[in-house]
Amino acid sequence: MATIAEKASISGGEFLIKETEASQIFIPEEFNEEQQMIADTCRDFLRTEVWPILDEIDYAKSPELISSLMDKAGELGLLGTAVPEEYGGFGMNFNTSMLVAEVLGNGHSFSVAQSAHTGIGTLPIVYYGNEEQKQKYLPKLSSGEWKAAYCLTEPDSGSDANSGKTKAELTADGKFYKINGQKMWITNGGFADLFIVFAKIDDDKNLTCFIVEKTFGGITMNEPEKKMGIKGSDTRQIFFNDCMVPAENMLSDRQNGFKIAVNILNIGRIKLGIAAVGGSKGIVNHATNYANERKQFGISIGRFGAIKHKLAEMATRIWVSESACYRAGQNIDDLIDVLKAEGLSDENAKLKALEQFAIECAILKVHGSEVLDYAADEGVQVYGGMGFSADAPMDRAYRDSRINRIFEGTNEINRLLIVDMMLKRAMKGELDLMGPATAVAKEIMSIPDFGALDNDTAFAAEKKVLQNLKKAALMIAGAAVQKFMMKLSHEQEILMNVADMIIEIYAAESALLRLEKLVGIRGKEAVSLQNDMVQVYLQEAVAKCNNAGREAIMSFAEGDELRVMLMGLKRFTKIEPMNTKDARRRIADAMLAEGKYIF
Amino acid sequence: MKILVCISSVPDTTSKISFTDSETVFNKAGLQFIIGPYDDYALARAVELKEQSGGTVTVLNVGTVETEPQIRKALAIGADDAIRVDAEPTDSYFVAEQIANIAKEGNYDLIMMGRETTDYNSGVVHGIVGEMLGIPSFSPVMELNIDGNQAKMTREIEGGKEKLEASLPLVLGCQEPIAEWKIPNMRGIMTARTKPLNVVAPSGDSLTSISAYSMPPAKGACKMIPAEDAGSLINLLRTEAKVL
Ligand SMILES: Cc1cc2nc3c(=O)[nH]c(=O)nc-3n(C[C@H](O)[C@H](O)[C@H](O)COP(=O)(O)OP(=O)(O)OC[C@H]3O[C@@H](n4cnc5c(N)ncnc54)[C@H](O)[C@@H]3O)c2cc1C
Repeated sequence: MATIAEKASISGGEFLIKETEASQIFIPEEFNEEQQMIADTCRDFLRTEVWPILDEIDYAKSPELISSLMDKAGELGLLGTAVPEEYGGFGMNFNTSMLVAEVLGNGHSFSVAQSAHTGIGTLPIVYYGNEEQKQKYLPKLSSGEWKAAYCLTEPDSGSDANSGKTKAELTADGKFYKINGQKMWITNGGFADLFIVFAKIDDDKNLTCFIVEKTFGGITMNEPEKKMGIKGSDTRQIFFNDCMVPAENMLSDRQNGFKIAVNILNIGRIKLGIAAVGGSKGIVNHATNYANERKQFGISIGRFGAIKHKLAEMATRIWVSESACYRAGQNIDDLIDVLKAEGLSDENAKLKALEQFAIECAILKVHGSEVLDYAADEGVQVYGGMGFSADAPMDRAYRDSRINRIFEGTNEINRLLIVDMMLKRAMKGELDLMGPATAVAKEIMSIPDFGALDNDTAFAAEKKVLQNLKKAALMIAGAAVQKFMMKLSHEQEILMNVADMIIEIYAAESALLRLEKLVGIRGKEAVSLQNDMVQVYLQEAVAKCNNAGREAIMSFAEGDELRVMLMGLKRFTKIEPMNTKDARRRIADAMLAEGKYIF
Repeated sequence: MKILVCISSVPDTTSKISFTDSETVFNKAGLQFIIGPYDDYALARAVELKEQSGGTVTVLNVGTVETEPQIRKALAIGADDAIRVDAEPTDSYFVAEQIANIAKEGNYDLIMMGRETTDYNSGVVHGIVGEMLGIPSFSPVMELNIDGNQAKMTREIEGGKEKLEASLPLVLGCQEPIAEWKIPNMRGIMTARTKPLNVVAPSGDSLTSISAYSMPPAKGACKMIPAEDAGSLINLLRTEAKVL
C-alpha cells in the first residue's frame, strides 16, 4: 500500500507534465463490498421508485411527485452521503459519493433534482457554514425533510455569474439583510424549503451568499419553465421582494459568494461527469438489448457492422470517462487525507482538495456530458424509428442529455477554464509548464528521436503515444502564449483547441492506467476487451489531437514557424496502426452476447 | 420473539447460465449473486415483525465464504446477527439438516425462508426442516401476522387462498405479497459490518453429487396457424411436436 503522501504526489493539472503510475490510481473495479451495496441501494431505488413512473414525473406537472421521491431517497439516506455524520449525514469519502452520483445519474429528472439538492443546495453549508448554520440546516437537508435550491443565475447573468444584480441591503437595526432581485433557471425552486441565494451588498464588486428559508417571506415565483428535457425537474424564475434574511444567515464572509459559487460548481462538475457516465450506461444497455431483439433483413440488427460500431464506440467512451472520473475522485480523496493529517479542518481540506483538482473537474464535466450526448444520439439511431417514438426510452434519454452541456458552466466556459487555470498555475509557479514547453520547442528543431521503446515497461508504446500528445499540447500552448501573451484570452478558438487536446490526453491516459492496473489484477487475457477499448480510444484521441492541433497552429503560425510546428505535430501524433474495426466488433459482440454493457 | 431467516445465495435472475468442464460444473464466473428473491420476502416480513413487536432476527445461510456479501446485505436490511454454515449447499436434505441443527440450539419461534430458491427451485427445504424439528411447516405463505403465540397466515392453494392459524413455533416458506422487498438504507449498510457473522462447521455429509448439467432446448421459431385451420394444428401437434 502506498502511503497517503505517496499517493497524493500529483497536483491538479500536473498530469500534463508528469507520468502517473498505474498503481497510484483508483479504478472502479476496486470498490469494496460496502460501496457496492450502496450502489445497489441506489439502483434498487431507481428500479422500484423512479423508473416505473418516468412519464408521470415528466408530464404530471406535479412538483410534489419529485419532492415525495426525494423524501423516499432521504429515508434511505441517499441525500446525506456527503454530509458529515455529526450533522446527520454519512460522511462518506468523495469517491463513494461519486459512485452514488453515477448510479443515480440514470434517473432522468429525478437525478437532476437529487443532485441539485445534495450538491449545490447542501454543500455550500457543509463547506462554508458556521457551526450554528450547520447544526440548524444540515440534519434537515440530509434527511430530506427540507429540500434545497441554489439561486445564482439571473436573466442577465448566466455564464458571467459574478455580474448578478440581486441586491442585499442591511436594515437600519443591523438585524436583517433585505434581498431584492430576480433569479432564473432555479432547479427545485417550486418545492424548496431553503434557498442558497447570491446577492450583492450595496455596491460590492463581488457576490455574497445567504441561506434563505422559504418562510422568510417576500419570495414569489413563476410557473415551472417549459423545457426541452428533464421536464419533471422543477425549474423556476424566482423573485425576491424585500425578502428579510436574518443577518446571521450570511454564509461565510461578505463578498465571498463568488468564490463559494465557483468552488461548489467544481464539485458539481465532476459529479456531473460521473452522473453522465451513469446515464450513458443506461442508454447503452437499452441499445444493446434492442440491437439483439430488433430484426431486419432476417437477422438481429446487432449483427450489422454499422450497429456494432456504435455500440462499441459508446462503451469505449463510457469506460474511458469513468476511468478518468474515479481517478480524479481518488486524487481528491487522497489530498483531503493529506491536508487533514496536516491539521486542516474537514471542510477546509475538502475545499482545498477540490480547488486543487478544479482543472480535472472541468475536464470531466466536458468529457462526461459529451459522451452522454454521443451515447444518446447514437442510442436513438440504433432504435431507428422507435428511437423517435416517445414510447421508447431513447426519446427521453436524448432530450434529457442535452442540458448537461449547458449547466454547471457551459462546456465552452469549462473549456476556457481548463486552459486558463493551467496557465494561471504556470504563472504562479505552481505548475511547471514553461520548462517542458521550452524543451518541446527545442525538440522540434532537432532530429527526431528514434529511440527504441523500453520493452520492460508495460504498455511502453501506448505510454509513448501519450507522452507525445502531451508534447503536442505543450508545443501549441507554449507557442500561443508567446505569440499572444496577455491577449491570448481573445483567441478563444485556439483555447478551445488546446482544451480539446488536454481533455483527450487526460481521458486516454486514465483509461490506459486503468487497463494497466487491471492487467495486474486479472491478467492480460481476462481484460482483452478493455485492452481493445483503450487501443481504439488512443487511436481516436491521437486523431482528435492532431485535428485540434492543426486547427490551432494554422490559426496563428505562419511561414517557417507554421511548417516547423506542423512537422512537430505530425511527429507527436504518431501511433502504430491497428484494425479498429475488428477491435470494435469484439467489444460489441461481447456486449451483444450478454445483452448489456458489461464493463 | 426470535426469528431465524434462512437465505440462499443465487445468481441474479437475469444471469446467463453456462457450464464448464464438460457440462459438469456450473460456471459462476462473471455472475452476480443475490439473496434468493423469495427469501428476501421472508426477510422483509421478519424485519417488519421485529420492528412491530421487538425480538431478534438471525439470518442463516448454508454456503461458502463467497456468499458473505449476501449475508451482510441481509444484516444491512435489518437482521441482528448471522450464521453461516460453511459448506456448499449441495442438496435440499443437506441444507435442511444444517438448518434444523442450528434451529435446535436457538429456540426460535419462527423459522422463515422463501417458498423455494430460484436456482434449483426444489421448494422442499421448509417441509424437511419442519419434519426434522417435529413442528408444523407451511408454504407458500403470502400473509403473516403474529398475535401472541398464534400465527395468522394466508397461504396460496390450487385455485384460491387458504386462511390458517397455528401456534408457534413454525417453519414457513414465504412468497409475495407477504411484505415488500426492503432496500438496505445507508445507516443499515454502515452498521452491517459491526454485526456478528458467526461461521460454523457443517454436520453430516451431503447425499448428492452432480454428474452433469444440460441446458433446456432452445426455443424454436413460432408458427402461426390461422384460427380456421385447426386441422393442421392438430396435425402438427401429432407429427411435429408429438404431444398428442
Ligand atoms: C434546466 C436548467 C437548470 C438550471 N439550474 C440552475 C440552478 O439550479 N441554479 C442556477 O443558479 N442556475 C441554474 N441554471 C442556469 C445555468 O447554469 C445557466 O443557464 C448557464 O450557466 C448558462 O448561462 P446562460 O443560460 O445565461 O447562457 P449564456 O451565458 O447567455 O451563454 C450563451 C452561450 O454563450 C456562451 N458564452 C457565454 N459567455 C462566454 C464566454 N465568456 N466565452 C465564450 N462563450 C461564452 C455560452 O457557452 C453559451 O454557448 C439552470 C439552467 C437550466 C437550463
